[in-house]
Amino acid sequence: MAEYEFFVDPSRCIGCRSCVAACAECDSHRGVSMIHVDYLDRRNSIATVPTVCMHCVEPTCALVCPADAIKQGEDGVVRSALKPRCIACSNCVLACPFGVPMVHVEPEVMMKCDMCYDRTSVGLRPMCATVCPSQALSYGPPDVIARQRTSAPVRDFRFGHAHVRTKVFMMTPVAQPVLAVDVEDYLWKDCDGDEGWIVDKAVVD
Amino acid sequence: MAKPPLPVDVLAHTYGPHLNYEPPGGWTQSARGPADRLVKTHCSFCGMQCGIQLKVRDNKVVGFEPWEEFPFNHGMLCPKGVKRYLQGDHPDRLLTSLARTDAGFSPIGYDAALDLTARRLAEIRDRYGPDAIAVYGGASMITEKAYVLGKFARVALGTRHIDYNGRLCMVSAGTAYRLTFGIDRAPNPWTDLTRADVVMIAGSNTAECAPITTHYLWQCRERGGRLIVIDPRMTPIARQADLYLPVRPGTDLALFLAMMHVLVRDGMLDREYLAAHTTGFDAVEASVRDWTPERAAAITGVPPANIVTAAQWIGRTRRAMGLHARGIEHHSKGVENCLAMVNLYLATGNFGREGAGCMMITGQGNGQGGREHGQKADQLPGMRSITDPEARRYIASVWGVEEASIPGPGLSAPEIMEAIHRGEIKALFAMCFNPLVSLPDAAFTRDALSKLEFFAIVDFFLSETAHHADVVLCGSLHEEDEGIICSAEGRVQKINKAVDPPGDARSDARIICDLAARLGKGSLFAFPSTREIYEELRLASKGGLADYYGITWERIEQELGVFWPCPSLDHPGTVRLFEDGRFYHKDGKAHLQVTAWRESGDPTDAEYPILLTTGRVVSHYLSGTQTRRIGPLVEQCPEPFVEIHPRLAARYGIADGDWVRVVTRRSDLVAQAAIVRTIRPDTIFIPYHWPGRRSANRLTHRTLDPRSKIPEYKVSACRIEKAPAPPDLEALRREETGWTPEVRARPATQKGI
Repeated sequence: MAEYEFFVDPSRCIGCRSCVAACAECDSHRGVSMIHVDYLDRRNSIATVPTVCMHCVEPTCALVCPADAIKQGEDGVVRSALKPRCIACSNCVLACPFGVPMVHVEPEVMMKCDMCYDRTSVGLRPMCATVCPSQALSYGPPDVIARQRTSAPVRDFRFGHAHVRTKVFMMTPVAQPVLAVDVEDYLWKDCDGDEGWIVDKAVVD
Repeated sequence: MAKPPLPVDVLAHTYGPHLNYEPPGGWTQSARGPADRLVKTHCSFCGMQCGIQLKVRDNKVVGFEPWEEFPFNHGMLCPKGVKRYLQGDHPDRLLTSLARTDAGFSPIGYDAALDLTARRLAEIRDRYGPDAIAVYGGASMITEKAYVLGKFARVALGTRHIDYNGRLCMVSAGTAYRLTFGIDRAPNPWTDLTRADVVMIAGSNTAECAPITTHYLWQCRERGGRLIVIDPRMTPIARQADLYLPVRPGTDLALFLAMMHVLVRDGMLDREYLAAHTTGFDAVEASVRDWTPERAAAITGVPPANIVTAAQWIGRTRRAMGLHARGIEHHSKGVENCLAMVNLYLATGNFGREGAGCMMITGQGNGQGGREHGQKADQLPGMRSITDPEARRYIASVWGVEEASIPGPGLSAPEIMEAIHRGEIKALFAMCFNPLVSLPDAAFTRDALSKLEFFAIVDFFLSETAHHADVVLCGSLHEEDEGIICSAEGRVQKINKAVDPPGDARSDARIICDLAARLGKGSLFAFPSTREIYEELRLASKGGLADYYGITWERIEQELGVFWPCPSLDHPGTVRLFEDGRFYHKDGKAHLQVTAWRESGDPTDAEYPILLTTGRVVSHYLSGTQTRRIGPLVEQCPEPFVEIHPRLAARYGIADGDWVRVVTRRSDLVAQAAIVRTIRPDTIFIPYHWPGRRSANRLTHRTLDPRSKIPEYKVSACRIEKAPAPPDLEALRREETGWTPEVRARPATQKGI
C-alpha cells in the first residue's frame, strides 16, 4: 500500500469518536487511544476536530528528544517512544506543533499514533481511517481522493519561522500550497533575519 | 406480582449495569493471541446494520475487524459497533434463568423456568381468557425470532395482543408509507443519496443515530449536492447544511404545508407525473391554499424566505431526496408529518429514480424486518393485514391452523401498558424490550408493571424492566444466533452466529418453541433451528407485500444482501421501488393524503413555558440495556445532560455545568446543564438512554398518534430551574445501578453458579 496516503478533513468530522474507540483496540497499545477528538468551542458550535499524528518528514518530537527515543521508520511513520529509552521528560509533548504526543504517567513513556504500521504493512488500512463514518479520517490513493473531494490536500505548514512538511495531508477548503498560522507568514518581506519583521521599513522603502 | 423483589441497588449490585472495559482475558499479550476465526456478520445496534467481522477465540468474541468488502459501510463503524464486542463475556451476562423469590432472584433450571412460565400463562388464560395475556417483542431481534414470536402469541397463546418496541420507532413513517405508497419500506438504496442534487433531512440527528449515512451525505456534497436540515438543534450534520431550518418542536407539519404552498404557487409541480401515477393531489392542493410561508413562519419560527428557498430547491430539480426520522415521527401527528413530507416529493415527480425519493431512516437494527413478519399488532407475516380474509386464510394454511383461530388486531405497545394499568391485561411475556426506560411517563409504566399477575421476560442482561419479572428466561445475544435482518435500505442481510449461548442460556427462538410445546402446540413449533423457521417464514411471506420467497440464506451470503420484494429464486430483488411509476396500491398509484394542522398533545402554558425534546447520543443505543454496560461507551457519555441556549439559561441564572431541575406535568429530573448556542432558545434537549431518576421518560407524556400509536417523545411542555444542590449522584447510582468505584473494581460475579 505504498501509494496510499492519510488524509484528515476536519470539516467532515461529526465528533462520534469512532476513531478514538477503534484506535484503543490496537494490540500494541491495548485499550489506550492515540487520537484526540475535541470540540473547538462547544458553547458556540457543534464543530469537532480529530487530531492524529501528522508524521512530520523531519519530526520535531524526535529532534527535541534528549534520549533519542523517537524513531522514524523507512515508511516515514514516526513511532511512539522506545520504552527502554524514554525518560518521560515531555519535551516532545511541548515541542510538537500539532499537539499530538501524550506522556503516559503509569508506564512513563510517550505514546502517539504510529499510523497502524502493523496493519498498513500487511495491506490493511489504519483502524481509525477504516471505521470513520464520515471519512474525516481517510486512507487511500491520492488520485482517488482528488477525484472524490472538492477540498485540497496540504502537507506543508508554516508556524512563523518553522516550516513543517508532514506525511499526513490536511484537507483544506481552498487549495493553497502551504497552510500558515502566523501573521508573519502573510507579510510582504521575508521574515527571516533580525529586522525583517519591521514592516514600516519596507513600507518606507 | 411484580415490584422488584429487592431494592434496585441490591439487584444492581449483582446484575449491573457494570462496566466492561476489556476483552475476555484482558489486554495482556497472552490473552491477545490470534483469533480462532473471523465471523462475518452485522452490528447488533441501529438500522444501518453495518457489516463487521467478529474475532472469536475459545467460544468468546474477543474483538472485531472491519469488513471492508461489505458494500454498505466498507468497514466503517460508529463507536457502538467498535465496542459492541464488549457485551459478550460480560460480568452482567445472565447464565441461568431466574425466578423471583422473597429473597430476590434465584437461579432456576431451564426446564423448571419453562414449566413455571407455561403453567402460569395457562392458568391466566384459562381464568381470564387469552386476551388477558400480552406479548412484547422487539426490533433488535433477527426476523426469525420476530416471526416465531408472532406465531407463538397467536397460535400458542391465542392472544390478539402482541406488539413490539418498533412501535416507539418508525411506525409513523410505516403508516404513512402504507397509506401513500401501499408499502412500508424506504424506497431507495443509500447510494442514491450521493447522486441527488438536494437532500432534505427532517428530524434526523443523522450523524449520531445513523452515523454511516454521513459519508453518503458528504459524498453528495462533494459532488455539489445541497443539504437542507430541519431540526431544532444544530446537529453535527446541520453544521454543514446549505440551508438550516431550526423548526420549533412539534411544528414540522406547518413547514411542509407551506413548502407545498410554494410549490403550487410558483408552478414547480410535475403535473404529468401527478396525473399518471397519483391520486388525491387536488385535495392536497386545496388544503395548502392558506399555508403561506408567513403563516408557517409564525408557527415554526423559520424565516419565510428560507421556507421558500427549501421548496424551490426541491421543486427545481428532478433529483431531490428526503430523509426523515424520529424527529418528525415521534409526534401525535407523526403520520401527518410523514405524509406531508412525502407529498412534496410526489408533487415534484421525485420518486423512482436514482437520486430521487423520500425515505425514512429506520432506527432499530431490525426495525424493518422486525415489523414485516408478524410481531406487529395489526399484521401477519409478509406485511399482510391481519384483517384481510385472504391473508388470514393463507397464513392459517401455512401455520396449519383454522383461520378462525387466528385472533384479530390487538393493542399497540403503549396501549398494552395502559390495559395492564387498567387491570385488563394480567400477564405479560416480553423479550427484547425495556419499556420501563423506553415508554413515556415512566412512573405510569412502573405502576402498571406492579399490577401484573404474572410477568415473564426473555433477556441476556437483567434490564430495569426485568427487575419486575416473575421469571427471567436466559436468552441469547445477537452473536449467539443465526438468521436474517432487514436494514434501513430494505436489504435483507445475514446474521451469523459467532459463539454459543453461555451457561444455561438458550437461543431465544429455542425458548419460544419449547414454551409453545409446553402449551400443547409443539407440533406447530417443531423447528430444530432458526433455519427451519426461516424456511417457513419464506413461505408465509410468499405473495405478501414483503415477499421473501426468493431470498435464501445462501443467496444473501453470496450476493451480500438481497432487497425485498423478491418473489422467486431467479428474481434479482428490488433495489429501488416505484421505478416504473407503479406504487403498491391495487390501482398502482400513490395516494396523496390531506393533512390538517393541529397542536401537539402537551401544550406549553404559563406554568410550563419551555419545550422539551428528547433523543439519542452516538455512544448509546435505545434504553441502554447493552451500551450502559460497555465502559468506553459510558465514558463517552456517562450521564444525561440538559442542552440549554445561553439566552434561556441567562433568564434562569443557569451556567454551564449547573444542576438543573426540569419539571413537566408528570415528574421531574435533575441533570447538568450544557449551555450551547446549538439549540433553539425556547427548547431544551435531554437524551433518554438512562433509567430511574435519570430517565428522560419520567418527563414525557402518553399522547399517541391516533393512527400509528407512536408516543409524542419529541415535544413536551416543561419548566426549568436551577437546582439548589447537585443530587447525591453516588446515592442515585447505588439506587439505580450499583455503579460505584468499588463495584467497578470488584471481580465479576458468577450469577447463579
